[in-house]
Amino acid sequence: MSAYFIRLISALGRLVTSRLDRLGLAARFAGLLMVSLRIALGRLSLIFREVYFSGVRSLSIVAVSGLFVGMVLAVQGYEVLQRYGSAESLGVIVALSLVRELGPVVTALLFAGRASSAVTAEIGLMRATEQLAAMDMMAVDPISRVVAPRFLAAIFSMPFLAAIFSTAGVIGAWIIGVKLIGIDDGAFWSQMQANVDVRIDVLNGLVKSIVFGTSVGLISVFEGYFAAPTAEGIATATTRTVVISSLSVLLLDLLLTVMMFRGLS
Amino acid sequence: MTSFHESEMIALKDVCFSYADRPILNGIDLTIKRGEIIAIMGGSGGGKTTLLGLIAGRLKPQSGSVLVNGLEVPKLRQTELYGLRRKIGMLFQFGALFTDLNVFDNVAFPYREQTNLPEEMIRTLVLLKLEAVGLRGAKDLMPAELSGGMARRVALARAVALDPSVMLYDEPFTGLDPISVGIIGRLIKRLNRALGMTSVIVTHDLNETLRLVDRVVVLSQGKIHRDMAPEEIRSTDDPFIRQFADGLPDGPVPFHYPGRDYWSELMGQ
Amino acid sequence: MNRSRFDFAVGLFVAIGLLAMAFMALKVGNLAGFDSGSGYAIEARFDNIGGLKVRAPVKSAGVVVGRVESIGLDAETYEARVLLRIYPNYRFSKDTIASILTSGLLGEQYVGLESGGDPVYLAAGDRLGKTQSAMILEKLISQFLFSKAAETPAKAP
Repeated sequence: MSAYFIRLISALGRLVTSRLDRLGLAARFAGLLMVSLRIALGRLSLIFREVYFSGVRSLSIVAVSGLFVGMVLAVQGYEVLQRYGSAESLGVIVALSLVRELGPVVTALLFAGRASSAVTAEIGLMRATEQLAAMDMMAVDPISRVVAPRFLAAIFSMPFLAAIFSTAGVIGAWIIGVKLIGIDDGAFWSQMQANVDVRIDVLNGLVKSIVFGTSVGLISVFEGYFAAPTAEGIATATTRTVVISSLSVLLLDLLLTVMMFRGLS
Repeated sequence: MTSFHESEMIALKDVCFSYADRPILNGIDLTIKRGEIIAIMGGSGGGKTTLLGLIAGRLKPQSGSVLVNGLEVPKLRQTELYGLRRKIGMLFQFGALFTDLNVFDNVAFPYREQTNLPEEMIRTLVLLKLEAVGLRGAKDLMPAELSGGMARRVALARAVALDPSVMLYDEPFTGLDPISVGIIGRLIKRLNRALGMTSVIVTHDLNETLRLVDRVVVLSQGKIHRDMAPEEIRSTDDPFIRQFADGLPDGPVPFHYPGRDYWSELMGQ
Repeated sequence: MNRSRFDFAVGLFVAIGLLAMAFMALKVGNLAGFDSGSGYAIEARFDNIGGLKVRAPVKSAGVVVGRVESIGLDAETYEARVLLRIYPNYRFSKDTIASILTSGLLGEQYVGLESGGDPVYLAAGDRLGKTQSAMILEKLISQFLFSKAAETPAKAP
């Protein structure tokens, strides 16, 4: 009986130490990455290339998702608001939900699934086929040349994508609310403008998306860089990127929301 | 500061290396002179690729010294190590070409990253190197469109782009058809002579290798088993080398993986 | 290295993103809220501010003329001390009355300003003389009940 407990506790201990090991490894990696940023920022063409593959290629899924989310918000929002005769506040509800929360968060989740998983797979495959080692042998630091541009591209793309998501959402809500349901167009926009503050809501939403971009970017390049050089290893790393990025986005969202919006009421 | 002789390009003195508590190299003493081509052979996992890693500074030995052109490689800092690596070229087992660049850009990579040469000059140099390996016509292809042998030749052109003094080859013949093997072998010899390099080839392929090299170093159990001229390999009666050279299934390297007694395992005892 | 191919697409992406951000700032949010900090501050004291919050609008005749900048309690008089930041292009007379009003039936509370006839205008740092506190629902109800009770004459036993 006691032997069982001992095994359980030592297994738990090993789990904790292995997680801490990985966290330490991630911290060291992040440090190396920060150091290499200065060099990486001098190679803008590399960063733009990655912005194209991560950001531009995510445009369609982000815009379409934003449109649909905005439409759903309009439908659900109207259903609740009209019970209290406040249907004209639909614009406010939709805009605040999107700009403060859904825009940054859902965009980050979509980005993690689409772009970041691809980055992880790409870097993992470069490691498995010894391309990173070859680069290292040619006296080119793979971290500044391969890893850093992809990391920076995530940070750069995220706020633009979040803005596009929110805009598409508002337009979608307008289509449903004003055009289909028949809410007054003027009331829709004026109430929205009266209650959405650029500094508190819009800017904070953008700050959120930058923070999410940093987190998702870091996780995706880390998992790819340390992926086991096998097919299974890369598959595992890609899954880890999506899962851990998503969880980190949701956790950071909680922290940021509390920090930013708690003092309002 | 260990003693250094002018003619020695690479010198390993009493090098020990273990990986995750498993000893791989156990007191290696090896000197390679300028201009030599040597082969490193031995069983799988015997430490051959580890030696290349030590010479290139990608691995640090637990003890002993690794000298390349008089420099103590394990003690070099990052910038100095990168400076040394500009003079060392490495051909990886499957080429390790950058899959997002075409053949031309792959070979141009070291020039664009390490030099400030203008594009026209780089173009000329790349074409020269590609011509030397016979693939100038393939310059616009992507690595995915190349056969194994072609990919390795492009990788070779890329590795010698900056005219290194030392070339390291990690199993350059593995998995190639006989024609490609012959081509690569000839290229290794020609480049070594033309550029005055020192080459270290890790390989399993005896036939092609014995034609190229000045010396063969055979590793066994973390030590240098024998260091001899290629002709001697064929005629020696050392059992380990004989098993290797003749491809015998059993000998000093056992056929059976260590396990329980056959009869008792079958009988379920 | 096809720089031109990526540069164009990325440039387009950034342009679309910037447009979206501009849309959000102008059409969705109110950019006017940005210039708080400019304007002059005047103080108003209330017995009860009800549900008034910081950043609530200050309106006159229904037009937003400023924002509530801060709310505090005077430790000696136990009055609510409200700092109002008025946009620079509006001027109010020294005898302006500030009341706390509710927008709609259940809406947010704001400060309403009614300018008086005094030829002298309020300057930065001035305090408003007359104020009207917020209507507190409980007090209204008890007032109503009290007045109702006062109306009905006491029944003769």
